[in-house]
Amino acid sequence: MPQITQLADTYAGQIFWLLVFFGIVFFVIGRGMLPKVVSTMDGRDKQIADDLAAAEAARAAADAQEEAWRVQANQQRAAAQAVIAAAKADAAKTTEASLAAAAARIDATVTAAEASIAAARAAALGEVEGVAAEAAQDIASRIAGLSIPADEARAAVKGVLTHG
Amino acid sequence: MAEGKVDPVHQFTIETLFGTESWAIGGYNIAFTNSALWMAITTAAIVVFVAGGAKQQLVPGRWQMAVEGLTGFVDNLLMANIGKAGRKYLPYVFSLFAFILFANLLGLMPLALVGVHPFTATSHFTVTGVLAVMSFAIVLGVGFAKHGLHFFSLFVPHGTPVLMIPIIFPIELISFMVRPFSLGLRLFVAMMAGHVLLEVLSGFVISGTNAGVGIFFLAALPSFVLMIGICALELLVAGIQAYVFALLTCVYLNDAENLH
Repeated sequence: MPQITQLADTYAGQIFWLLVFFGIVFFVIGRGMLPKVVSTMDGRDKQIADDLAAAEAARAAADAQEEAWRVQANQQRAAAQAVIAAAKADAAKTTEASLAAAAARIDATVTAAEASIAAARAAALGEVEGVAAEAAQDIASRIAGLSIPADEARAAVKGVLTHG
Repeated sequence: MAEGKVDPVHQFTIETLFGTESWAIGGYNIAFTNSALWMAITTAAIVVFVAGGAKQQLVPGRWQMAVEGLTGFVDNLLMANIGKAGRKYLPYVFSLFAFILFANLLGLMPLALVGVHPFTATSHFTVTGVLAVMSFAIVLGVGFAKHGLHFFSLFVPHGTPVLMIPIIFPIELISFMVRPFSLGLRLFVAMMAGHVLLEVLSGFVISGTNAGVGIFFLAALPSFVLMIGICALELLVAGIQAYVFALLTCVYLNDAENLH
């Protein structure tokens, strides 16, 4: 086995060259290049983590904005409902007022009409009285030959009309 | 080597490439060998791999994904075993994992087809032992630096009756001291066993084919089919052993970092 038979001759060289080349690997690679590789990896991991955090934050912001929008929409809807209700109430009030005015006008017209009817009726009654008195005078003069003064005839007719 | 015979451990032979006797530090010969060459190739491959993926783009390409996948794998390993404090060990554990993984895989490459003989540095306990001792030393250093002498309470698990402490303590201490050996030997044995097995089977294929048609169908062909399966298995083992080494280093580091 050369590892043992050559040991005495070669161990120093083996150890020396191993230390030389392992030293090169350790200092050039391990100490020189590896930190860069590691920092690149760490930087990438950090960037990914940051990006994920930023995305999460953006999502939260979007959620908050949506919530705010919903609240605002609800408020606006409520405000719109209030405006509609107010307009409805207004319209009802106006209608009522105009109805009342119309009713009053109609009432006044009706009253005036009734009054004129009553006046006409009274006038008609008066005329009927006059006509009846003349008719009574005429009848009396023709049948009985009596000449009855107009006033008496009128009074008699009046008495009959009121009592009869 | 006799014709048709394959020496299954020849592949682990260290051959000096240059600097034979002249290169020495304090009397120790540090000749540049095939082992050193393949460790250099491993290092170069890791540098190319990581450099190709260190583009630092926000949206990674395929190569960058591969590098970040490997880094993230080791990072998760540390995170799962040590926690947040595990980050500071990432350079070391990543280097360890990448070095062992690339060394294992490069040793398995079928480069002999183009005349190059790959050498698996991790099939030498000298190499795996140094890596294991390095991990163990870091564990000791961190443990004592962080907890001082209180680190010894690691050897007395929670809820141990006082009467049992004299028995538990040595047992725990021994199991702790064995760690660098088990860590280094596990990788060395796994890599060597796989390569020896492949070599032995390939020896069967060669000998069986030379021995005639009957033996070819009886021994060589099944061996060849088995080799294909074992090659796949060895690729898996290469990854698993690198993972186990890194994982155990994390577990031991957790002991030092968090004590209990």
